[in-house]
Amino acid sequence: MNAHIASRAGVRILARRVGEWWHGLSRFQQWGVLVPLVVLIYLLPVLNPPLLTTEPGTDFPIAMFNAARMALIAIGLNVVVGQAGLLDLGYVGFFAIGAYVAALLTSPDSALGVRYPWLVVVPVAMAVTMLSGVVLGAPTLRLRGDYLAIVTLGFGEIVRLLADNVEPLRGNRGFQQVAGPPGTHADGSPIFTQTGGTPWYWLVVTVIILVLVLVGNLERSRVGRAWVAIREDEDAAEIMGVPTVRFKILAFVMGAGVGGLSGALYAGQIGFVNNQKFDVVTSVLFLAAVVLGGAGNKVGVLLGAFVISYVPDRFQAVAEYKFLIFGLALIVLMVFRPQGLLGARQRLLARGRDAYRRLVGRPEQVVTKGPTPDSGRGVRT
Amino acid sequence: MVHQLATAVAQGDGGWIDFNVPLLVDRFWSNTVDGLAYGSVYALVALGYTLVYGVLRLINFAHSEVFVVGAFAAYFTLEGLGFRPGPTPQLSTLSIVANLLLAGAVAMIASGLVAVVLERVAYRPLRRRNAPSLVFLITAIGASFVVQQLFFVTRGANPERAIRILRPRPLFEVFGAKVTNIQIIVLVAAVALWVVADGFVNRTRLGRGIRAVAQDPTTATLMGVNRERVIMLTFLVGGVLAGAAALFYLMQIPQGVVYNGGFLLGIKAFTAAVLGGVGNLRGALLGGLLLGVAENYGQSLLGGAWRDVVAFALLITILMFRPTGILGESLGRARV
Amino acid sequence: MTGDRGRTESTEDGVSPGGGIVAELGRMTGEERRAHEAEVAEAVAPDREIAVDVGDTLLEMRDVTVRFGGLVALDAVSFGIRRGEILGLIGPNGAGKTTCFNAMTGVYRPSQGQVLLEGRPLGRRARHQITRAGIARTFQNIRLFGEMTALENVVVGTDARHRTGAISALLRLPRLHREEREAVEKAMALLEFVGIADRAADRARNLPYGCQRRLEIARALATEPKLLCLDEPAAGFNPAEKEELMALIRRIRDDGYTVLLIEHDMRLVMGVTDRVVVLEFGRKIAEGRPAEVGEDPAVVAAYLGVPDDGVA
Repeated sequence: MNAHIASRAGVRILARRVGEWWHGLSRFQQWGVLVPLVVLIYLLPVLNPPLLTTEPGTDFPIAMFNAARMALIAIGLNVVVGQAGLLDLGYVGFFAIGAYVAALLTSPDSALGVRYPWLVVVPVAMAVTMLSGVVLGAPTLRLRGDYLAIVTLGFGEIVRLLADNVEPLRGNRGFQQVAGPPGTHADGSPIFTQTGGTPWYWLVVTVIILVLVLVGNLERSRVGRAWVAIREDEDAAEIMGVPTVRFKILAFVMGAGVGGLSGALYAGQIGFVNNQKFDVVTSVLFLAAVVLGGAGNKVGVLLGAFVISYVPDRFQAVAEYKFLIFGLALIVLMVFRPQGLLGARQRLLARGRDAYRRLVGRPEQVVTKGPTPDSGRGVRT
Repeated sequence: MVHQLATAVAQGDGGWIDFNVPLLVDRFWSNTVDGLAYGSVYALVALGYTLVYGVLRLINFAHSEVFVVGAFAAYFTLEGLGFRPGPTPQLSTLSIVANLLLAGAVAMIASGLVAVVLERVAYRPLRRRNAPSLVFLITAIGASFVVQQLFFVTRGANPERAIRILRPRPLFEVFGAKVTNIQIIVLVAAVALWVVADGFVNRTRLGRGIRAVAQDPTTATLMGVNRERVIMLTFLVGGVLAGAAALFYLMQIPQGVVYNGGFLLGIKAFTAAVLGGVGNLRGALLGGLLLGVAENYGQSLLGGAWRDVVAFALLITILMFRPTGILGESLGRARV
Repeated sequence: MTGDRGRTESTEDGVSPGGGIVAELGRMTGEERRAHEAEVAEAVAPDREIAVDVGDTLLEMRDVTVRFGGLVALDAVSFGIRRGEILGLIGPNGAGKTTCFNAMTGVYRPSQGQVLLEGRPLGRRARHQITRAGIARTFQNIRLFGEMTALENVVVGTDARHRTGAISALLRLPRLHREEREAVEKAMALLEFVGIADRAADRARNLPYGCQRRLEIARALATEPKLLCLDEPAAGFNPAEKEELMALIRRIRDDGYTVLLIEHDMRLVMGVTDRVVVLEFGRKIAEGRPAEVGEDPAVVAAYLGVPDDGVA
């Protein structure tokens, strides 16, 4: 128990040290660290490092693809849960919609009888999920947070039930030969296959970087500030002129879009979509990925997603108990460290660095010093 | 593309959704009777949501698992008494009553205990710290996950085979719909339990404490109400009712209990609570019965596969148009 | 005087101001300093119209009644707030001050009567629209965005006037850059104006109490209000801090804002306001200059009749 406490404190101090070190670097130095790191991340499935590898249990590139996919999902869900503070328990529904749109439009089993190229299908899948985000969000986002949670839970379940019961969605039989991205090797064999994880992993990592940049752009603008203001104190935000419902719907839609994108990627890689794997436990797993690393903290969220996806692949012995373990982790975390391994922190000003330098001659305060770790409440004194 | 989609819908086996109105008309009364009996289970579980919500302004997500624990407890009790899945044995009335009461009592105690433990372990530390409601919700989900997975790991994914000791027997007919002994027992017992719970909250000293905390926690504390004890008591009462509901549930469903059986039932019971007005004891009863009936109508109208969608659709519709439910929020009064 | 305000508290958390504007201010001569202050004041209130319309009615409460069930919290209250004045709204506990305030800022809708801003009824506008229409407020129990820095808090206020949407933000269109630049400039000036520029980079939750109150005022001013409503801004302040606050409120008025002040502390109300409206049991019982109202028998009776209301 003591060791446990010590290790927790250790993680916290380490996280703070790393955070302070990072924010102390200049832009240039930050790039100097970031670029090699990203290169290393790209190379992971090729290197297949001895200790890190998940083989022989799971093919390592596939395991890495799954981890990256979870990371993408977590980033999308983080916009909703971490930034805007809306508890979405039906996120798997958006994921499923993305996967089904991809299947309906590319699989020969589809009743639509069309086979659109994958590159066309992905934006369509995102658009449909975003639209479903509006449909679900517009009526429910006016409600208190916990109602929203239960309605989204219901939404996720409805999507699954539709997949079960609507005849054109083919229930358990599912759709075969869902298309993937185009491209062939020099010898004419396709680059993206069901068995080769590496190209898929590279694709998803690239998508993640792109999404991170875009989400970061939103974060450091009026939009991101509105989200955090809503998360911190919705009434005060509204009274300060934030059109809360509109921004909540926006958060919902952005999250949905990323969810749909990951669904389409997933469908493409597996090449098969049926009604399995879209149940509530999956939603909770997604949530655990966000909360574990630290909702509202992008690095934390990436870390959490990696742990959630990687640990069961690496340690096959615990795979059967993964839901139990992650459920316990959620309770322990919420009771002892509700902000996750890394606390929430986002930069909300596009020109913040300059401003702080000019105003106080040092960067903004990054790590909370106070003894009150709970975010999501206004200040009380 | 939209055009193709529409064509596909029109051509498929009758399209996406069929409306079977004649079947609904045909089965209207039997649907009503079955729905009322089944709805009483929802009503009792909904009471747990409502009580906790009234006192803590918190949706106790893990309440569904409190129900599942009760169901397993009842099942194990019957098993321990020597009953096995399979054909219903011939028993004397006295023996049936005694065994059911015993199973019910064990279920109620187990559920009550789990609810209290849950409150202690998961919620109290957060309350001490004045944590935001998001944290409560995530903890509750974690807790419900853990309970669920414990049953999954130990009992597997397949439902237990049902143990029956009371054979359903039609007692009389209402407009041609048969009413069975089990349905009468369940309905009467559920309403009786509701009356007891309502009386407890509205007439006893402990119940007054619950209402006081629901109305104004600060003042209640100043007036000498022990808030922590009231909260514990609320969870206990909610848990006990869920335990009773679990037995009634097992008596009616064809299959036995399964590890994730609480999830759907929990959402439906919550829907029932919202339907009637969260925080409103009468609303919970009304909402439960209404939902049970509505679900059956939906099943006849749309087909069995759509049964569960009815509850969700209803939930979203109510929240859109009347989030305070039919009877309004009150266990005390609605707060701004 | 801008720079040293709040400086007394600045060392509490052991944060040294370091370089930046604050340190620079310390090095300035009197002349430079006054010039800088004028600049700040200009940035804080760019479109003030002091000379133009002072004295006409900015906001009018017309027979406003608010009921909660059977309880009448506000009973046909009428009064006006004139452009450029500091109006005090006082009364014993439960007199309906905060209800009045909430009716004005759109938290409650009046059961009867109207609230008019510049002659136009606020009607059924949403709360954020009322803020955009020009009414800003602070909270009795401070409600800042705790995880944001002080500067970010104020920028959220300026966002009430911004139009950047998801598209401009995603693609970093020129509008975003323009608005962000303006927002940060303005927020920095406001922080200086209320005297907490040295805490700009700190998270709101870590600020000392006095700074939090000031930050709320800065955030409200950032929405470019025509009317600034302060809900007991001096609660929990010691006499010295109250003095500073009074000076700040006057400075805000002098900068061209109209201020509505709800306050318990009679000394503060009498010292800073131009006119006073007195409520009791949801009705208006007096209105006038502080000195007159202070001698009004009805007002004296109201306060003496309810001994426990914290008349200072």
